[in-house]
Amino acid sequence: MNRIRVFVPRDSAALAVGADEVAARIAALAPAEVEIVRNGSRGMLWLEPLVEVETPLGRVAYGPVAPGDVPSLIEAGFLQGDEHPLLVGITDRLPWLKSQERLTFARVGITDPLSLADYEAHGGLAGWRQAQSLPPAAIVQQVLDSGLRGRGGAAFPAGIKWQTVAAAQAPQKYVVCNADEGDSGTYADRMLMEGDPFLLIEGMAIAGLATGATRGYVYVRSEYPHAIATLREAVASARGAGLLGPHFELEVRKAAGSYVCGEETAMLESLEGRRGIVRAKPPLPALQGLFGQPTVINNVLTFAAVPTVLAKGPLAYRDFGMGRSRGTLPFQLAGNVRRGGLVEKAFGVTLRELMFDYGGGTASGRPLKAAQVGGPLGAYLPESQWDLPLDYEAYAAVGAVVGHGGIVMHDDRADMARLARYAMEFCAIESCGKCTPCRIGSTRGVEVVDRIAAADPQLRPQQVKLLRDLCDTMLHGSLCAMGGMTPYPVLSALNHYPEDFGIAAPGRAAA
Amino acid sequence: MRDPSTPRQQEVLLATPSELRDRIRQLGKPAARADDPRLAQVHAILSELGAQPGPLLPVLHAVQDAFGCIPPELVGPIAEGLNLSRAEVHGVITYYHHFRSEPAGRHVLEVCRAESCQAMGSEALWHEACAGLGLPAGGGTTVDGALTLEPVYCLGLCAQSPAAMLDGHPHARLDTGRMSSLVARSVEAA
Ligand SMILES: Cc1cc2nc3c(=O)[nH]c(=O)nc-3n(C[C@H](O)[C@H](O)[C@H](O)COP(=O)(O)O)c2cc1C
Ligand code: SF4
Ligand code: FES
Repeated sequence: MNRIRVFVPRDSAALAVGADEVAARIAALAPAEVEIVRNGSRGMLWLEPLVEVETPLGRVAYGPVAPGDVPSLIEAGFLQGDEHPLLVGITDRLPWLKSQERLTFARVGITDPLSLADYEAHGGLAGWRQAQSLPPAAIVQQVLDSGLRGRGGAAFPAGIKWQTVAAAQAPQKYVVCNADEGDSGTYADRMLMEGDPFLLIEGMAIAGLATGATRGYVYVRSEYPHAIATLREAVASARGAGLLGPHFELEVRKAAGSYVCGEETAMLESLEGRRGIVRAKPPLPALQGLFGQPTVINNVLTFAAVPTVLAKGPLAYRDFGMGRSRGTLPFQLAGNVRRGGLVEKAFGVTLRELMFDYGGGTASGRPLKAAQVGGPLGAYLPESQWDLPLDYEAYAAVGAVVGHGGIVMHDDRADMARLARYAMEFCAIESCGKCTPCRIGSTRGVEVVDRIAAADPQLRPQQVKLLRDLCDTMLHGSLCAMGGMTPYPVLSALNHYPEDFGIAAPGRAAA
Repeated sequence: MRDPSTPRQQEVLLATPSELRDRIRQLGKPAARADDPRLAQVHAILSELGAQPGPLLPVLHAVQDAFGCIPPELVGPIAEGLNLSRAEVHGVITYYHHFRSEPAGRHVLEVCRAESCQAMGSEALWHEACAGLGLPAGGGTTVDGALTLEPVYCLGLCAQSPAAMLDGHPHARLDTGRMSSLVARSVEAA
């Protein structure tokens, strides 16, 4: 009899809702010719654990599968792709997936993340081979031509950074991957490291070729033990296969639970073994970075986009997107969302499409009130802004940020003053302490928001003014974006939801 | 009779000013006794990880993995092994939320309190858990040492909020029922 392949994800998001038990149950109850593959997640996280069976028609999906559902699935003939109440359909034909533009996440959920053979069979290593046939300057030129900008938040053109490092003369250069992914509402880095780790390794190895760096580090947050374990295994196999080796050595470093260590210079301090205190720039890390040497620092998704750029050509990548935001971004739907998950789309998609067409609105079924885009330092967007195209410049124009593409949805029960207070509190907890506006300002911010809530309505305008002044000081007087952007969520909450602070909307006050 | 080749001078008391300062600094500091069996383990960790560039975080992770925390009396040996001052090592340990100087309970439950989980009711779950375990609003370790309850700021499970991690295993889509079964499981198993 033919082997039947069943896929049960090993992604943390699937493990968190019982995927290991489901896999064990299938192994115990299914006939011996069934082979269980532990894949990454397809990103339809509301359906996890999503179990797929390979059939002549393609992979057929069932979900969410609880361990107790396994006997009835087997009885119903799910191993042949038969009908069952949990049947979702033929995975590749599901509109939710089919309408996406998956370049970076093309393989995630499809392959066995730790099988290099699987990786190659699905297009892996093509970028690396292409890069090997090119002089370093031509690799950098392709990255420049693709229009790829950093996916970690600041959106700086990756090619320019690489060019600076390539041009620097030094005995040792480094490539550092920022996998600190501290933003609430983001999980694309995690899913990629757990679901297609070779892609990140390939991207970093290409960065090594392009810049002359022979050592790399991946700095992964300690909250991601599964990503760390998967990456370490993948690094060991990549060494065996020659992708890594004396030409480029890669080490996975575990962080230690500090949000500000996602800021690139704090991350370098941490890698060097010190407290994660932000460094003043200049010097640019591209010239004096890790251990004082020229260093390429990019986010996981930036490196992971590079193999596609080389394999398919920079212009094919550049064809996606709008304005100066080229290519795709893996958006992450989070918070109060009915169908939460990873949606990779070209820039230009709107928040409304993502939150309603893909997300299906709120999980609670209540009206959606606000969406925070771009992590804890990102603005809250009210309904009037949900039709803006997701594009770095369009967002910047309204005082918002696209950031790492995390979208946290809140229903009408959200108290925006409490969320503003939380933004200040988070900054107070995580501030590195180097500059006063951030260190002291955030603590003052918490107090002022509390006073606004407690104040006699007559005194409120004066406290609100104080909060605005404080935000102004933080915006202009902070060394890094931690203190410099904490005002974004605070001011957007205040501007768009003044009633939550007990004050009338400016328009109404004037009327 | 003394071996004449031993230079007697080096055994004596004369210390340089900086050594003296160091000795004064060590006064009253916890120190591991020379026969402490943990010292051998620390030395093994140092010889495995100490030679790489920027070794401090990997060493501290290994020490915490071995002993459940970084005991203050081992800070001296770690500093010495890496040629750092005790203050530098102490500063790093206290800077990072992940490192602890005292052992946690037998189980560690980290409950996410960041925005996405807040949007799905994590604050109520957190306060219920604290109250149920007789802990203050900031969490902590139960008196019987069974469980440490700690906040965490995002586990990357935000599409299935609220989320938590029990002893390194992720759990998501929590509600009051699932949360209390997590707590009950670890308190019983302790
Ligand atoms: C407080 C703070 C936290 C940050 N956290 C992250 C992070 O978790 N991951 C990340 O890639 N970039 C983070 N950044 C941005 C980095 O400083 C840096 O811009 C990025 O690593 C560069 O890579 P990219 O150009 O590929 O985006 C953070 C910045 C700040 C100010
Ligand atoms: S803004 Fe805050 S986190 Fe950034 S350097 Fe200043 S104190 Fe440190
Ligand atoms: S915010 Fe709770 S898991 Fe991300």
